[in-house]
Amino acid sequence: MSYIWTLAEQANGHLKQVSFELLTRGRKLADSLDTKLASLLIGNGVSAEALRELILSGADEVYYVEDPRLASFSCETYSNIMVELIKTFQPHTILAAATSSGRTLMPYVAVRVKTGLTADCTELDIEETTGNLLQTRPAIGGNILATIKTPNHRPQMATVRPKSTRPPEPDADRDGKIINVPFKEEWLDGRVEFLGYRKDAGDFENIEEADIIIAGGKGMKKAENFKMLRRLSDSLEGMVGATRDAVDRGWIGYSHQIGLSGKTVSPKLYIGAGISGSIQHLAGIKTSEIIVSINNDPEAPLHKIADFAIVGDLFNVLPELQKRLEGGK
Amino acid sequence: MNIIVPIKQVPETSNVKMDPETGTMVRSGVESVVNPLDLYALEAALSLKDSHGATVTAVTMGPPKARKVLDMAISMGCDDGVLVSDRKFGGADTWATSYTLSEAIKALGNVDLIIAGERATDGDTAQVGPGIAAWMNLPLATYISDIEVESEKSLIVERLVEEGYERLRLPLPALITVVKEIASPRLPTLRGKKKAMQTEIRTLSTENLTLESTNLGLKGSPTKVVKIETPKVTRGGTVVEAMDDASVTEAVDRLMDFLRQREVV
Repeated sequence: MSYIWTLAEQANGHLKQVSFELLTRGRKLADSLDTKLASLLIGNGVSAEALRELILSGADEVYYVEDPRLASFSCETYSNIMVELIKTFQPHTILAAATSSGRTLMPYVAVRVKTGLTADCTELDIEETTGNLLQTRPAIGGNILATIKTPNHRPQMATVRPKSTRPPEPDADRDGKIINVPFKEEWLDGRVEFLGYRKDAGDFENIEEADIIIAGGKGMKKAENFKMLRRLSDSLEGMVGATRDAVDRGWIGYSHQIGLSGKTVSPKLYIGAGISGSIQHLAGIKTSEIIVSINNDPEAPLHKIADFAIVGDLFNVLPELQKRLEGGK
Repeated sequence: MNIIVPIKQVPETSNVKMDPETGTMVRSGVESVVNPLDLYALEAALSLKDSHGATVTAVTMGPPKARKVLDMAISMGCDDGVLVSDRKFGGADTWATSYTLSEAIKALGNVDLIIAGERATDGDTAQVGPGIAAWMNLPLATYISDIEVESEKSLIVERLVEEGYERLRLPLPALITVVKEIASPRLPTLRGKKKAMQTEIRTLSTENLTLESTNLGLKGSPTKVVKIETPKVTRGGTVVEAMDDASVTEAVDRLMDFLRQREVV
């Protein structure tokens, strides 16, 4: 039986959290097919200890391709590596994270190996009769859930939304193999040159990684008032999100935008302040675990999908909330 | 510079209503528009045309009525529009779509740069842009927020990723997908609209393209849709009024209790 693969990700030699979340998904699939789970990592400077973490979290095998020239993501080079390893090992399924690199590399590889790919899945299952991967994903702004399969092509490929699963509890007794795949010069593409990161990244924040998001909309009235959200998010150890309206008014940068034309987020807690809740914005927050809405309009659509809604003036409610959070219990 | 911008027709979502029972979008009678995120790709191409001189061609795949989005692209300032349309293309997934579009783009001749939107707001896959690059073996840079022309043969671009903004040197020809930060899209002009009416839209189909028939449409798509469900999203949560000082205090008390109960604070 061919293996289930997950594509682990690293930055500066550290494994990213999504690498572990994918193992939760992959372990379940491997168990129901009675096969093995392998994690593929392409990068540089990841310690043997960190690789072992993947084993403790559910991988049976780890394939690590290491070279200083692999430290930063290159779609062309990484895809050369994946295409060759796919041809050699012929995995049943490959899961990657729906991150900037996963969503770039996977479609590039899927075309090259002539197989199907499903983006941004929220549920993965095995079809009992065929062993096919059933891939469920939201589309049309989360208004439909489509289940998709790739019946006649292998491997079956899917990207999975970050934060849509919890990482597994590491099991200190788990055993597995770490395989260092020797790097081949011919894999290097070199057409695109990585020059570094921009020094001044402004108010950039990666809200997709936040466990708690406090977001503001038109009801915040001006840029100045976003400082209130910032203070709250600092107290909650969260991040600040915004609607398209707020971003288009220049109150906060694009990296904070949530919704159809921004980020899709799945935090444990989302608090929307002064957000009426357009279809576009709701599309980006529907998978949040808890939704809290604060708005003086009782008819605001966000109230309707919230777990807890306060119909009131955010300029009274937020300072009171801040006081409670700072005052401790 | 020859720039191609692949664009998509999507259902207009800015004025649609929600079904109060199910909390989902009411889709009947919804108009089609240019995918909002493709407007940034069009703007990026037209800015390069303004600053460095370029011919910009918008390409779309869809039924004959999809020519409407090409008219929109031309009225914004694109030089040409190409409709890739054939019944045999219907039902294509992202793999088959990117194959067909890549063959259409190859048929248009020399291309220096392909600029695509980040993703379409209906399918939301972000796979067709990278797929076209793979079919054409072009270098690919996604999520681009800034473009600087370094020479006739290369660009310096900034790429918005989880860690911040990467800076990349990209040789031409290449394919990039752009994010909203790249620029605010211009509006169509009256002159542009007149030009769109006069511009003949070329149609590419199985008649004038050389295509592998096994790679087309629903039949040529590796992925198959098994079922479609409409999830209920109304959560039926607690609603608390907080219209005066006393009720604000009480509402926040109850919110704090709720958050503690759910173990988030």
